[in-house]
Amino acid sequence: MRVHVGQGGGGAGPVVELSATAEPATTVEQRPEELVDADTPWQTIVWNDPVNLMSYVTWVFQKLFGYDKAKATALMMDVHQKGRATVSSGSREKVEGDVAKLHAAGLWATMQRSS
Amino acid sequence: MLRGLVGQVDDMLSGRADASPSDELSALTGIRTGPSTAPDDPVLARLLPDFHRPDADPDPAGEGGSDGPALASALRSVREPELIEAKRDAIATLLASLPTGGGRVELTVPQAEAWLTAVNDVRLALGTALEVSEDMPEQLPPDDPRNDHLPVYHWLTWLQDSLVTVLMR
Repeated sequence: MRVHVGQGGGGAGPVVELSATAEPATTVEQRPEELVDADTPWQTIVWNDPVNLMSYVTWVFQKLFGYDKAKATALMMDVHQKGRATVSSGSREKVEGDVAKLHAAGLWATMQRSS
Repeated sequence: MLRGLVGQVDDMLSGRADASPSDELSALTGIRTGPSTAPDDPVLARLLPDFHRPDADPDPAGEGGSDGPALASALRSVREPELIEAKRDAIATLLASLPTGGGRVELTVPQAEAWLTAVNDVRLALGTALEVSEDMPEQLPPDDPRNDHLPVYHWLTWLQDSLVTVLMR
């Protein structure tokens, strides 16, 4: 699993840890999907595209996730240089909401299970 | 000119919204649903992207058996109407704050943020239509047919960058 969220700081998002998967012996009400990394089963990915401005992308990250400028800039640079970056993680509902907000801002974002 | 450009994007979005299938369930519940497949038109496809890329998912089968394409379809169907509405709202705010004869514009912060969204959508639309690439030079060879529209794209880039600079302060 990639370490994709920076250390501490003023970020509002949860820090993803390189944790082992949760024990499978849990209550029967839990659906199988929730057994994979109980805290952050889903990730929000932002993809690089040739149109979006670096300054705009940085601003979107600050505004949507409350990241400070340094963290937002670092994430933007990741997207720009590596082609993609994970910008948030959490439950499926949370990540789905984050993707929707990013789409509303014109960024190319998708969601996928944490690996 | 800005009015004309955002108007075109608005037309595309409303066309897509009008083409959505309506069904009895939607009428009963009031929950709008949209199409479940991405638009064929590359501009609309860029404005209304997929929620999930099965090709990029390292674990497409998923421990819970999540089906990649089905996930993308389901999410699009649920989310697309509100996305179209959000984009059209931003366009409407821009148009409402644009003086008909042009000239000086003063914007509140919420208005400026709406402008940013709307101008970005226009840039996305134009950039996709012009097949703008990462390493495209500022000026293209004289015989490139995109030359007619490139100045508009650059002007929109300047406009958007200016708005971001102001909002970041």
